[in-house]
Amino acid sequence: MVSGLINENPTVYERKERRVRTDSTNSDEFSVEPIDQLEIFDILFFDFAFINIHHIRDIRDPEHPYSLEQLKVLTEDSVEVDDLKSYVRVTFTPTVEHCSMATIIGLSIRVKLMRSLPPRYKIDIRVAPGSHATEAALNKQLNDKERVAAALENPNLVEMVDECLSPSFE
Amino acid sequence: MDLMEKLELVELPKLEGHTDRVWNVFWNPVSTLPILASCSGNNTVRIWEHNSLSHSWSCKTVLEETHTRTVRSCAWSPSGKLLATASFDGTTAIWQNFGDEFECISNLEGHENKVKSVSWNAAGSYLATCSRDKSVWIWEVLGGANEYDCAAVVNGHTQDLKMVQWHPTMNVLFSCSFDNTINGHSSTVWAISFNAAGDKMVTCSDDLTLKIWETDIAMMHSGEAYAYWTHLCTLSGYHDRTIYSAHWSRDNIIASGAGDDAIRLFADGPSYILLLKKENAHDVDVNSVQWSPGEENRLLASASDDGMVKIWQLATKQ
Repeated sequence: MVSGLINENPTVYERKERRVRTDSTNSDEFSVEPIDQLEIFDILFFDFAFINIHHIRDIRDPEHPYSLEQLKVLTEDSVEVDDLKSYVRVTFTPTVEHCSMATIIGLSIRVKLMRSLPPRYKIDIRVAPGSHATEAALNKQLNDKERVAAALENPNLVEMVDECLSPSFE
Repeated sequence: MDLMEKLELVELPKLEGHTDRVWNVFWNPVSTLPILASCSGNNTVRIWEHNSLSHSWSCKTVLEETHTRTVRSCAWSPSGKLLATASFDGTTAIWQNFGDEFECISNLEGHENKVKSVSWNAAGSYLATCSRDKSVWIWEVLGGANEYDCAAVVNGHTQDLKMVQWHPTMNVLFSCSFDNTINGHSSTVWAISFNAAGDKMVTCSDDLTLKIWETDIAMMHSGEAYAYWTHLCTLSGYHDRTIYSAHWSRDNIIASGAGDDAIRLFADGPSYILLLKKENAHDVDVNSVQWSPGEENRLLASASDDGMVKIWQLATKQ
């Protein structure tokens, strides 16, 4: 193992079995269905177009070849969604209290949702209460859209985010 | 103003052209025809002009190929002849209007990081800029020439600055920040605006409140003692998301633009009341609201993440 990692030996959890979506009841492609919690979770973990050919696009941990789900940074319950109000809140749990990668993880979640959801969505990203040493500062930074915009003009940061969002073949 | 009159914001044709979010709008302070500058995440500035014959708005010119990153803020000089633009590329550009064309006549460098805001003092003799690098720079405009000298660098904030704003009559500069100061707010303060007399100001914040502040303007003018700004009231419970912009009109109406896509208008004291709320003023966040400088024909410009600039006419309901 390369030394100097923030969390050298993270606990890796089993992937959850996916619930199967049955969309057979609704064949009208123009009907509008509300976006629900599971769908947001799927957006965070899959690329819709390739969902059936095992081309999984988990958001990866910046340090480890595991997905955020495997590290329990995100679970299905991390996602609160209110489609009527066009509102999503994702609460993630960094693997260690002093995780300096938490900003990149939060930014990656935001970018993934920004790219996947309709623009009308208001997105709040937070770390779970008590899960990080600089929780308040982190939350503030992740939800300041000016700083997010500025960060996304930084090629090095964008590269890190894209790396987290890049496809992993398994 | 009669508080009982029923006001409405009538939407005029929207100004389309920016291909990214619009951060800021600024009316030319002296032009007889309404002229508006807007700046965007697509690194450009657009100048919009109203044609009184056709009653239409058009984009007069696009200022591009100077800034290489987001243009966060723009401000006309008090003479209306110069436009300053602040960018995430770390520079502030000064543009001069040569009749049909705008030319970048100066590029102010010095900040170590993104420039967030730019403001001219009332005389047009000083320019202030602030940055992510936590500093405020004051530039002196040297007479006649297109020269700008750094007169002072002020470090006082502990975090990212969001906005600098000169007092409307005096050479006193105000700044607000990610560090929650101006004191009193519990989260990032995004904007500051003064009333015409300069004895009151409004600040808006990520804490979902507007705060009204007051000072003894006579004492401020006398310069005999430091004139304190005291907190007059807090307008809370009106906004659901971050308030990015607040602007005080000459006839004492405070407009706010917020992350809940709405524009709200509040009447100035003795009791501050909500005059109207325009829901879905834009499809997404409203980043900037600004009243036109004219006494008549009250226009409000707004800018949004949806890439649009909108002009609203404040009218009395029939």
